[in-house]
Amino acid sequence: MLFGIEWDTANNWVFAWSILPILLKGLVVTIQATLVGFLVALILGLVLAALKGARLRIISWPAYFITEFIRDTPLLVQLFFLYYVLPEYGIILPAFMTGALALGLQYSAYTSEVYRAGLESIPHGQTEASRVLDFTPLHTFMFIILPQAIPRIIPALGNYLVSIMKDVPVLSVIAILEILNVARIIGDRTFNYLIPLSMVGIIYLLLTLLASAGIRYLDKRLPKEGIPLK
Amino acid sequence: MDNLLSYIDPLLDGAWVTLQLTLYSTVLGGVVAFMAGIGKLSENRATRWLSICFIEFFRGTSLLVQLFWLYFALPILGQAIGVDLRMPPLLAGTIALGLNIGAYGAEVVRGAIQAVPDNQYEAAKALDFTPKQTMWRIVLPQAIPEMMPSFGNLAIQNLKDTALVSLISLGDMTFRAEQLRNYTQDSTTIYTLLLFMYFGMALVLSAIMKILERYASRWRTRKI
Repeated sequence: MLFGIEWDTANNWVFAWSILPILLKGLVVTIQATLVGFLVALILGLVLAALKGARLRIISWPAYFITEFIRDTPLLVQLFFLYYVLPEYGIILPAFMTGALALGLQYSAYTSEVYRAGLESIPHGQTEASRVLDFTPLHTFMFIILPQAIPRIIPALGNYLVSIMKDVPVLSVIAILEILNVARIIGDRTFNYLIPLSMVGIIYLLLTLLASAGIRYLDKRLPKEGIPLK
Repeated sequence: MDNLLSYIDPLLDGAWVTLQLTLYSTVLGGVVAFMAGIGKLSENRATRWLSICFIEFFRGTSLLVQLFWLYFALPILGQAIGVDLRMPPLLAGTIALGLNIGAYGAEVVRGAIQAVPDNQYEAAKALDFTPKQTMWRIVLPQAIPEMMPSFGNLAIQNLKDTALVSLISLGDMTFRAEQLRNYTQDSTTIYTLLLFMYFGMALVLSAIMKILERYASRWRTRKI
């Protein structure tokens, strides 16, 4: 029994059917962690991208180093670091928030590069033309550059959303009851790992296929000439 | 400072396991990447579908799910059909990491092969090369240099992913660090050290991949 739901080990099919609602409860946690982690990655990535774009090297170089460092170290170790080290300095977060923070931190290194590449892909002529037309730099950025960069940025961010979802099982090490952890607990208690773990694999496959179809659709539908912000 | 020195030895023991695992799984991943990547472009429908299914499956599910499946679920499947499929953790880790990174690598291989201009194939056909010769002597020497930067990224990705094997009780660097932490409760020093050790290994690995990249780029075009 898990989450108050009993399983029935009469035969394999009955067992699979009886644990499906339990796994789906784990799936809800997986999706929550994905979304919160993605949100953190979007915000932290923006901060890193802004710092890297700074004119002062004393600001931009540390930002480059941090990006490289985050990208070259494993999510699992970053997670352990946040989980065990933050409390020693008086920062006590619930496990779920620590997990989402670790996911967000790891992927902020990637999203910051997406932002930068998206902004740099806009031809320089656009900036020059705005200057000729006497737009302020802020106006140029907000209404000329950004609207054209967004359609290029969104599909890449979508890919990282899917990657984050695939990394959520790592959070099982800090006792978050996401789908893989739930499947393992069922396996531990019934001595049958094959069915729960295979079901998690199938559920993941369906979700990622669905998500990649969604990203392809979005990629096709987004206007290539840009999204007007006004 | 004494503490720091006493941490180094166990962590280096773990680093050796991490290194072996990275090496084995990167090599396996490379072989798998070429097989599945070329297979996806095959004229033979069965080969093509097998490659597509393999790639989609391993890219579509989480690495940790694959690792747990191989380590915990496969022996039960083996029991059901009467074969002993229990694996030592190092083997399970190598297979899971290799197949996973190989599936990502397959897409890189496919992309690079498709990027070889059509007229190269036409010229090869005009010169009466067999399909095998065309692949080995015309296409791959041009495609491999294009793959190298992405392979470099995947190798780093693979190094980071090796940390997950600590969860199937393989004594890699992360596993050793976790043991040390349980023993000493000195989380800050141990995990900071661990992060920098991974960072150092990643820098070395990326330098090696850069050297391989330069070596491969010599095949690209010989000036005549």
